[in-house]
Amino acid sequence: MPTFQEIIFKLKQYWAERGSIIQEPYDVEVGAGTMCPETFLRVLGPRPYRVAYVQPSRRPADGRYGDNPNRLYKHSQLQVVLKPAPEDVIEQYLGSLEAIGIDLRKHDLKFEEDNWEAPTLGAWGIGWQVMLDGLEITQFTYFQQCGGIELEVVPAELTYGLERLTAFLQGRDSVYEIEWAKGFTYGDVRYLDELQYSVYNFEMADISTLWKLFELHEAEAARLLAAYDPKAPAKQRFPLLAAYDQVLKCSNLFNTLDSRGAISVSERVGIILRVRKLAVGVAQKWANQQTEAGSVPGKGQEPGAREQVAP
Amino acid sequence: MNLPFLLEIGTEEIPDWMIPGALESLHMLFEKAAIPHETVRLDATPRRLVLRAEGLPERQADTEERVLGPAQSAPPQAVAGFARKQGARPEDLTLETTPKGIYFSFVKKIAGRRTADMLAESLPEMIPQIYFPKTMYWTGKGGPRFIRPIRWLIALLGNDVVPFALAGVRSGPLTSGHRRLGSAEIVVTFDDYEQRLGDHYVILSAEERRNKIRRELAGIRVKPDNALLETLVYITEYPTAISGSFDPRFLELPEEVLVTVMRHHQKYFSVMDAEGKLAPQFVAVMNIDRDPEGLVRRGNERVLRARFNDARFFWETDQQKKLAYRKPDLAHVTFQAKLGSYLDKTERVMALAKALGGDTYAIRAAELSKCDLTTELVKEFTELQGIVGGLYARAQGEPGPVWQAIYDHYKPESMEDAIPRNRAGQIVALADKLDTLAGCFAADLIPTGSRDPFALRRAAQGVVKILVEGRLEIPLGDFIDGNERLRSFLEERVKFYFKDIRGFRYDEVNAAMAAGWSNLVDLEARLNRIQDLRPTPDFEPLAASFKRIRNILEQAKFAGDGAAVDERLFREEPERQLYEEYRRIQGQPIEKVIARLRPKVDLFFDKVLVNAPEASIRQNRLTLLHALLKEFSTIADFSEIVTAS
Repeated sequence: MPTFQEIIFKLKQYWAERGSIIQEPYDVEVGAGTMCPETFLRVLGPRPYRVAYVQPSRRPADGRYGDNPNRLYKHSQLQVVLKPAPEDVIEQYLGSLEAIGIDLRKHDLKFEEDNWEAPTLGAWGIGWQVMLDGLEITQFTYFQQCGGIELEVVPAELTYGLERLTAFLQGRDSVYEIEWAKGFTYGDVRYLDELQYSVYNFEMADISTLWKLFELHEAEAARLLAAYDPKAPAKQRFPLLAAYDQVLKCSNLFNTLDSRGAISVSERVGIILRVRKLAVGVAQKWANQQTEAGSVPGKGQEPGAREQVAP
Repeated sequence: MNLPFLLEIGTEEIPDWMIPGALESLHMLFEKAAIPHETVRLDATPRRLVLRAEGLPERQADTEERVLGPAQSAPPQAVAGFARKQGARPEDLTLETTPKGIYFSFVKKIAGRRTADMLAESLPEMIPQIYFPKTMYWTGKGGPRFIRPIRWLIALLGNDVVPFALAGVRSGPLTSGHRRLGSAEIVVTFDDYEQRLGDHYVILSAEERRNKIRRELAGIRVKPDNALLETLVYITEYPTAISGSFDPRFLELPEEVLVTVMRHHQKYFSVMDAEGKLAPQFVAVMNIDRDPEGLVRRGNERVLRARFNDARFFWETDQQKKLAYRKPDLAHVTFQAKLGSYLDKTERVMALAKALGGDTYAIRAAELSKCDLTTELVKEFTELQGIVGGLYARAQGEPGPVWQAIYDHYKPESMEDAIPRNRAGQIVALADKLDTLAGCFAADLIPTGSRDPFALRRAAQGVVKILVEGRLEIPLGDFIDGNERLRSFLEERVKFYFKDIRGFRYDEVNAAMAAGWSNLVDLEARLNRIQDLRPTPDFEPLAASFKRIRNILEQAKFAGDGAAVDERLFREEPERQLYEEYRRIQGQPIEKVIARLRPKVDLFFDKVLVNAPEASIRQNRLTLLHALLKEFSTIADFSEIVTAS
């Protein structure tokens, strides 16, 4: 029976063998793997790309002080983006399940309609939740729009819920009981994260400080976006990636404020729009910045992207 | 020679609920393509839409066209030139006499097009036109759109592939079996297609899949659920039912919660015991053939256990804060950006419940009705809103009429659904729906065509159903804030209800509504009277006369000038008789007087010319007819009745 970390190793290995770059988690707090620049920005533009990474995803409102066996403040997603989606993408995905020891002839697999939408990112796609013996194990999405931009090339995004998948394989009722590594449970590794962040997010986060931070990050993102000049000869140098980090900070602060009960109805819609405006701004400028990528030093060194994608 | 035709559109998994509509659309498109055929049959699984037709001709019938050439007197070179142009020899030409003289002509034979060519041309156009409520592109921006990516195409006419390409996929003779139990590439012919699919664990016929599930459910006391059955039929290629069980201790949770988890989240049938109570069992339908080691059963049991544990956790946590204390929290729940929070809505609904004549129970229920939106259980199981509130209210000691009203206040959710069981529930449901309607219409959030994001049609339909079936004599017109668009929106719904749901004839509905529809209980009573009257021998002729009266009045632009009928101006006996009859029947129900009135009206029209040359006489006759029409206008405008004559 594979441990949590062995499942991660095997999935990364599987996708690496199919031409994916293996990235490490992004080092800014995000609510979902989709928000990482490796997905959010890479899906824009015409260039093929394949990437897989495990992303700890923080959802302050989902914290349960480590009490609830199925609900986590911070869970781990394996995010796979295949751009463009290969014709046999579903077969490849099913192969990844078999690679971690699921014999699909003996299990019930269903694709249930589930279209994904992230209004704060101006992003949506068409897809399914993949159900294995009644358990949702993966969200499968064909991206259609991102940052309010209709995508030139349609990527497939596979998001595996790693804790659930492991609990399924190990036959555990509680995520805290799953074996992370030999001799260590998930609870041993993560219980305190769940407890302490629940306390912080629900009880101790200082609302006025978080608001201040939100505004600082927002202002920094807005300042950068305003300074971007699409006609500048050296526009490739412009730090849109840094601007996007500021947007991610805003998004996480918004979620924390929300879980803290600090956002009123009248404010809520407005704040979502503020974050969306920044995210869409970055995406649009990023798409523009990519248009003359020929001048970027190091372009084309995205390892293996081109030769491995085309069938 | 007649040929069979097989079309299979192989896709990734199509959402179950869209499949029957897509087949209907494919069928219509095929008929529209006007390719002759004798029979056609449509089938589908989540991964394929299939059309099989028989009796297609190999080619369309040949046709002839007569081409007129030069005149008989034309020089031979011209005649030869014409023949050459038609690809014929001069001796093949015939002479034809026309009004203008004698001309050479040629009968040109046009070979019928090959059906294969017609299909090859029309299929790539036809397939992307299949209607789906939502589509995607996958080959790149600007590429074809379909519900999900098309991965293979079969088009066989007889034994031959009809060659075409769509979205980079070329048609061929290869299908694909069940994703895990069958082969990915299977050569088929028209004749062995269904059989070959069966060999590869794809049951092509929805009817067969349905029957297989039904057979496997036989003997288990499952809660009947046809909608769930249809979902399962169209989400599987090889359905197999398995039973599982759960810890009976979960039965302490409300049945509604358990059933919702099983039904909506897990797509399981729930099972009842001999007394009709929920049993600690469920039936899941897999998309494989068997589960000999019980892996699938145990997996599903574990998922259900986790779900039930969640529900129990929420149930217990929620109880720590009573509904009444949650009301201020509604300030943080948006109803609609332009219409404020649910706290605002609650205050409005309470006021409206009072205005609608609600008692203290109704007002209390209105106050608590939305509080469950802040509970964990409703956040998790949104479809249980209202029901959960009702269950918590009961657990927290609210009186029966109050908790039941909260429980029921989203009802009726469809035309088949019952209205709230008690008066307080009916009032709260009405107030809630009327508030949503008035608010959305005032904020210009009005449904258009297929877009109705706030489910206003359902809300309006619910209002109508509750008023009529709850026998609530509330003047609906007083609760639409004078909004003309809302008035006509509701009018449509009232019409729809009486016509399509209750089966009154459209002209009866028009007639009765023309006499007012604010009080729907009264409207229903009048409709019943009209329906009873209709088969009586005097009704239709009288209705026809009423229509005639209306036309006469309209032509004369006479809308009553306030003057009374003046007996001295009568010139003919029938008009006097009609007037006397009118005086006798005034104030009496139409049922009692119709038999006596009709002959007088008939006689009047037989003998009397309304349009008398003398203005005062004419005016007097118009006044009489107008008075007669008005006499029954509180029941209906009978001139709206469509008569055979």
